[in-house]
Amino acid sequence: MSFAKEHEIHKRRFGRNLGVALTLAAFVALLMGLTVVKVTRGDFEPASVKEQSGG
Amino acid sequence: MTDASLHSQAHENEASFGDYFALLKPRVMSLVVFTAMVGLLAAPGGIHPFIAFCAILFIAVGGGASGALNMWYDADIDRIMTRTKSRPIPSGKVSANDAFAIGITLSVFSVVMLALATNWVAGALLAFTIFFYVVIYTMWLKRWTPQNIVIGGAAGAFPPMIGWAAVTGDIALESVLMFTLTFMWTPPHFWALTLFMKSDYKDAGVPMLNVTHGRPSTRNHILVYTLLLAAVAIGIAFTAIGGWIYLTTAVILNTIFVIGAIGIWRRTDEDCEADDHKKEKRFFFFSLTYLFLSFGAILAEAALAPYGLGGW
Repeated sequence: MSFAKEHEIHKRRFGRNLGVALTLAAFVALLMGLTVVKVTRGDFEPASVKEQSGG
Repeated sequence: MTDASLHSQAHENEASFGDYFALLKPRVMSLVVFTAMVGLLAAPGGIHPFIAFCAILFIAVGGGASGALNMWYDADIDRIMTRTKSRPIPSGKVSANDAFAIGITLSVFSVVMLALATNWVAGALLAFTIFFYVVIYTMWLKRWTPQNIVIGGAAGAFPPMIGWAAVTGDIALESVLMFTLTFMWTPPHFWALTLFMKSDYKDAGVPMLNVTHGRPSTRNHILVYTLLLAAVAIGIAFTAIGGWIYLTTAVILNTIFVIGAIGIWRRTDEDCEADDHKKEKRFFFFSLTYLFLSFGAILAEAALAPYGLGGW
């Protein structure tokens, strides 16, 4: 008997772990994208700076 | 039975990623995504495409979270009903505690992320929608009143308002009318289904209108709501999000829908048995097209506006 033989349950667990990993990776990418968009648009600049730049 | 076989049986029910995803009610989510997107695109002013994408995603996650909390609370009746007993909790794949934890986590996550990505009005509206669906509908009114569908429909009607608020940071007449469109559409859509589906809500102790008040009363309710829906739907044509395309679509769709409701209203149980609920089935399936085309027409008005074609 080989302990290395893969059972269906291992595939299911791998799928679950992969799903969680991809979801987390997508979330990191989403936060990155949101930050880039918000910083580029000047959303985080103080109101006084926005007024000076006419934003 | 050996320890090994017991162990193997315990693992056979272990959840896959798809079982956790099923907690979020993906089919309901598709309606939420579409109507939220229409609300977002019909709203005046612009929104960055990436922020728009994030907003729709967070609204969908919030809708999914409320679905998970609904499954957590309704696990007892889901076990009884044929339609729902294969759901992740009754089938033993996901524990009720896990579903609760996922629901609460995703609720907080979606509300905070939507508020940070867009504004706090949109975040607050999403929080209220989740509260309304889980506490007001699922926990309180679903098992208490035969008007449960009417109230539950309100929760499903909020997404276009949230999409609108994500752009404007505000609530407007147009966004309230889009809410009202889905709100008025839900009862005739669902009650038509209850007329031809062999329902086991009675065994589960959920008071459905056709069980508590009878089928003739359900037919009356369908007609009244369809007429009210037609008034709202055509009224939208004369607001800022309406125009010729929407008006033409709304007149055609509502004429067909009202004719269908009158057809159902004039029928008896014998008529239904004779043709296996042909009219009720046709009305139900048309209601899906109705909602899709109504919101599609609002979307078309918004999309064509920059070219001088949409609106009045």
